[in-house]
Parts: sequence; C-alpha cells; structure tokens
Amino acid sequence: MNGVNLLKIALRALANNKMRGFLTMLGIIIGVGSVITMLAIGQGSKKSIQSQISEIGSNVITIQPGGDIRGGVRQSSSDVQTLKISDYNSIVEEARYVSYVSPTVNSGGQVIYGGNNRPTTVYGINGDYMEIRRYTVDDGDMFSDQDIATAAKVCLLGQTVVEDLFPGGENPVGKIIRFNKIPFQVVGVLKSKGYNSMGMDQDDLILAPYTTIQKRVLAITHLQGITCSAVDEKYTEEAIDELTEILRRNHKPRDTDADDFRIRSTQELSEMLTSTSDLMTILLAAVAGISLLVGGIGIMNIMYVSVTERTREIGLRMSIGAKGRDILAQFLIESILISITGGIIGVVVGVGAAVLVNVIVHFPIYIQMWSVLLSFAVCTFTGVFFGWYPAKKAAQLDPIEAIRYE
Amino acid sequence: MKDDMDNNNIQGGNPREIIRLENIKRDFHVGEEVVHALRGVTFTIYEGEFVTIMGTSGSGKSTLLNTLGCLDTPTAGEYYLDGVSVRTMGKNARATLRNRKIGFVFQSYNLLPKTTAVENVELPLMYNPSYSAAARREKAVQALVAVGLGDRLNHKSNQMSGGQMQRVAIARALVNDPAVILADEATGNLDTRTSFEILVLFQRLHAEGRTIIFVTHNPEIAEYSSRNIKLRDGRVISDTTNDNILSAAEALATLPKSEEDD
Repeated sequence: MNGVNLLKIALRALANNKMRGFLTMLGIIIGVGSVITMLAIGQGSKKSIQSQISEIGSNVITIQPGGDIRGGVRQSSSDVQTLKISDYNSIVEEARYVSYVSPTVNSGGQVIYGGNNRPTTVYGINGDYMEIRRYTVDDGDMFSDQDIATAAKVCLLGQTVVEDLFPGGENPVGKIIRFNKIPFQVVGVLKSKGYNSMGMDQDDLILAPYTTIQKRVLAITHLQGITCSAVDEKYTEEAIDELTEILRRNHKPRDTDADDFRIRSTQELSEMLTSTSDLMTILLAAVAGISLLVGGIGIMNIMYVSVTERTREIGLRMSIGAKGRDILAQFLIESILISITGGIIGVVVGVGAAVLVNVIVHFPIYIQMWSVLLSFAVCTFTGVFFGWYPAKKAAQLDPIEAIRYE
Repeated sequence: MKDDMDNNNIQGGNPREIIRLENIKRDFHVGEEVVHALRGVTFTIYEGEFVTIMGTSGSGKSTLLNTLGCLDTPTAGEYYLDGVSVRTMGKNARATLRNRKIGFVFQSYNLLPKTTAVENVELPLMYNPSYSAAARREKAVQALVAVGLGDRLNHKSNQMSGGQMQRVAIARALVNDPAVILADEATGNLDTRTSFEILVLFQRLHAEGRTIIFVTHNPEIAEYSSRNIKLRDGRVISDTTNDNILSAAEALATLPKSEEDD
C-alpha cells in the first residue's frame, strides 16, 4: 500500500462528507486563526510600545534633584536647588558613557500670538536635547550656542502650539510670540512626533535656551534637571553608575547621607512596558490556544463517530486485503488533512482578521513568521494527536465483526 | 466431480488443489465455557469447482467461511490455500493473502457509499502496490464488463438497484484474479428473479473455470452448483457431487417477467 493510494482513499472519504469535514475544520480554523490574530495584536502592541519608547529615546537618562528635607518636609523636586550648572559641566567633561548632555529647566504658562493663545510648557535646554529626545527642526533653524551664551529670547515651537497660535497657516518663523508677557522670537518649528505611549502630546511644547528660561522666565541659577543619553542602550547601567559617582563627589555628602538627586532611565520604563505587553500576549495566546485544543477535540470526536459509522467499510477494506496499519494510516491521514487544511485556512483567516483589526480599529499589529509556523505546527500535531486514538481503534477492529456490523 | 475433472484435464494432469482443510477445529471461549464451532472439518476443493456450503445457523458455516477467507485462524488443523499454509500466518500476511488470492462477495454488498462502480471495483487493487493507477482502472473496467455493467461504470452505489450493486461486488471480487471466490449468502438480500440473475452470473464464472465457494442456507442453490457440502454442529455431514447441475438461465426464463430496472 503506497502513500499516494492512502492519500486518495482519505481524500475520497473526506469528499463524501464535505459538510462534516468543513464543520470539523471550523474548530481548527477558529483555533489557528485566533492564535495568529491574538499573537499579532499582542506582538503589535509590544512593538508599538517599543517604537514609541525609542521615539522618546530608549537610552535617555534623566537626573532630577531630590531627597531634600527641610524641617521634616520633603521638597518638590523643582524647588530643590542642589543641581548646579557645575554638575552639568562635570558630566560633559568626565562622563565617558554619556554621549549627549543637556541642562533642563521648564516653566508652564500661557503663550500668546495676536488674538490666539494656549497654555503650554516652555523647556529650557541646549542643542544636545534635540539629539537626546530625537526632535528635529522642520522649518527654520535651531538656536545657536551664541543664543545660549547671551540668553537670547528665541524659541522653537511644537506643532500643537503652531496650530493654535497660527491657525491661518501663517509661517511662524521670524514672528514674535509672548510667553508669560516675555517676547520670544520664533526661529524654528519642530517636526511633529505625535503622542507618546503614555498619551502625552509630544508636540505641545516650546524649546528655548536654558539660560533664557533661568534668567528671564524663572529667575533662578540652579537647574531643574539634567537629561543625558547613554552612548548605547546597553551601556545605560554603566552610565548611571558613572553619573552617580560624579554627582556624589560634586555634592560631597557624608557617607551616611542619602543622595540628593535621582537618576532614571527610559530603559527601566521600556522593560516594564514590554513585560506588561508580553504578559498580555501570553494571556491572549493561551486563550487562543485553548480554542485550538477544543478544535482538536472536535477532530477526535468526529473521527471517533466516523470510525463507528464506517465500521463496515473498515471490515470490507480489511477483508479485501487492507492491513491494520493501512486503516490506521487512512484515518490518521484524514484527520491530518482536516487539521492541515483547517490550519491553512486558519492562517489566512487569522492574518486577515489581524489586518482587519489594524485597518478598522487602528490597533497596531505585527505578524511574526514564527507565530504562523508555530500555530501551523501545533495544528498538524493536533491532527496526529487527536486522530491517533480513533485511527488506532479502527485499525484494531476485528474484520469478521466489522463486516457484519449493523 | 466428473465435470470438474474433465474441466481440469484440459490443462492436463490432476486438478490443482485450491483449498485443503485437514481436521480443522475452532474453539471460542465465551466466559467460562468453550464453544466448539468446528469439530474437525476435512475436505479439499479443486480448481474450477462451484461448491455450496450449507448448514443451519449454529452449524459452524460462518466460522468455516471466516477460516476459508483467512479472516480467522483455526485452533487446530491445517489449512492450505493455493498451496500456502495459512494457520501459522500473522495478521498482515493473511491480509496480503486475502488481497491476492480471495474475492469476497457479501450478502449486503458492502459497497462504499457515494462511490462509483469503477472506484468500488478498484478498491482491492488499491492495496496492491504493484498496480499503477492506469492498470487498476483497466482491470476494474474489465471486471465490470464481465459482470454486464460495462455501461454503468460511473454510476454511484446509491444510484443502483440491489442486483446491480451485487454485480459490482462480484466484479470487485474478480478484479484481483483470485484463486477462489467466497460468496456469503450472496443472493440473500435479493428477490427471486434477481437472485437467479446473480446465479446465472456465478454459473458463467464457473464455466469460465473459476473456483467458487457459496455459503448459503438456501438448499435450492445447491442444485445449481457442482458440489454440496453440508455442515451440522461443526462437522461435515455430507459432501456430494452434483451430477445434474441445473441451469440458472433456464430457470430464469421460466420466471414471470417482473418490472426490472436493469
């Protein structure tokens, strides 16, 4: 008995029971399809979180003042004055694992141009900030080091601010806007970055030289923060250690003192968010996997019924020369055909559903080859596993009894 | 037996033994009890014989048929089919032997449902790897032509009458050129007229030199065969050669015409 003949026999048997075959297949189709769709959604959200984090900059390290307690009252970090421009200078000179450094100060307030206004935040920064946070200038130019040195009243506008202040489509570059009554000349417009993963509008801001914000807006001499980027994401740990060392030395606390600053990296955030989405992916895949299991049991059920129903056929086949293994192979091939055909349709349906989710609900999807191969392999295995028992039962029938089975 | 001797003498020499049973016994264990279905059956069937095996239910004829058909193995005794000892064979070897040497015809036809006549007849050859798809089909068509169904090759089994289905079953039994055709109450489900038509076919196959064993409880059929073996309680009680074989075709001609669909 060769494989081609067995395949023909199995195909004929399936063709004789198309509706039943299809309904059995449906279990597998739904199972495989849902595994693929769920994995695509899970992986898609993970991927989108990752890409949004890399938009922020996955190697960003922020230093904030902290730990300052006066009379038992912990101070808000923006009121703590421990971070100085000298810290910034030390980092620039000494830190080897840090590629870009920018002092940061910020102030919230109302920005006005003509008859339009909007509440926003102005960030005082230097040129490195653009590299760290991956902002690019869309129109006009970045302010210069000279502007920083002279605390020039120049600024760059985010797209959201532009839309509110210049609703007529007027070119903002060169215009004078007012922030908390202080006039700033717009030297450039930032390219839109959209919303980040926390739902914050990354275009709702104004960038200006940090010296300008210190002197003309806030009237302070300390820094509210220092933002750096590690030379590479994988050196984030080393960079944090290095920065800690520099700042401790500069601030000379006693050994028993707590640090008067805090260092955070986006890597931690990235790990936290991706682990959350990994968990979600696992949960979704598990639910989908259960439906694949149910589909497999469906195959077993139908094959079992089919063996009972075709007992006489099995008896006949045996009496005209089919061996037990021929019968086993026939039923096994039938169940594998059902599961593989169901698997192929399931892959198509799953990919289609994932794309549909993406197009209609705008949910990010990412279909990985391994998830398709995996679910396909699982459904083939399902066919063999759940087809085995009924097929074995068929092969072990006694031809004498089977041929006379009523 | 004289007819058969003549028949075989054409090929020269003694007639070839197709089946030789030597003191075949078959016991079944039903709970504590032992049922002796066959208590020592001995006979030899030669090539070209048309043997009817008769007996009431419980006589052991079904067990004998299963043994002859290599579906069952005897508890004791020797069985040679076409010179091959069957008793010591394993399951798979017997399956192959059935495939090459035996053609079964069952009372209830046992055709595959929703399957064409040709495909049904091809079935035994599907389990014989030495046949190509083309050779298989050619043999199946030949067999169907031989049973008078050359014009119904692609009719499905559910579109045929009982007589036609049994003809397809006979074609299926012929397709592997078996050493022996084993018919189990092959006319049992058919009306009188159709039964005779099938008997005519069996007689024609007999005339062509085929060996046929027809198991039945209908004594009438014995008159159309060349030899009759009667069983009772697991033993052969008579084994007679029929010197006056009736013609099924003549009997059919005397039957009143009925509405027939073939």
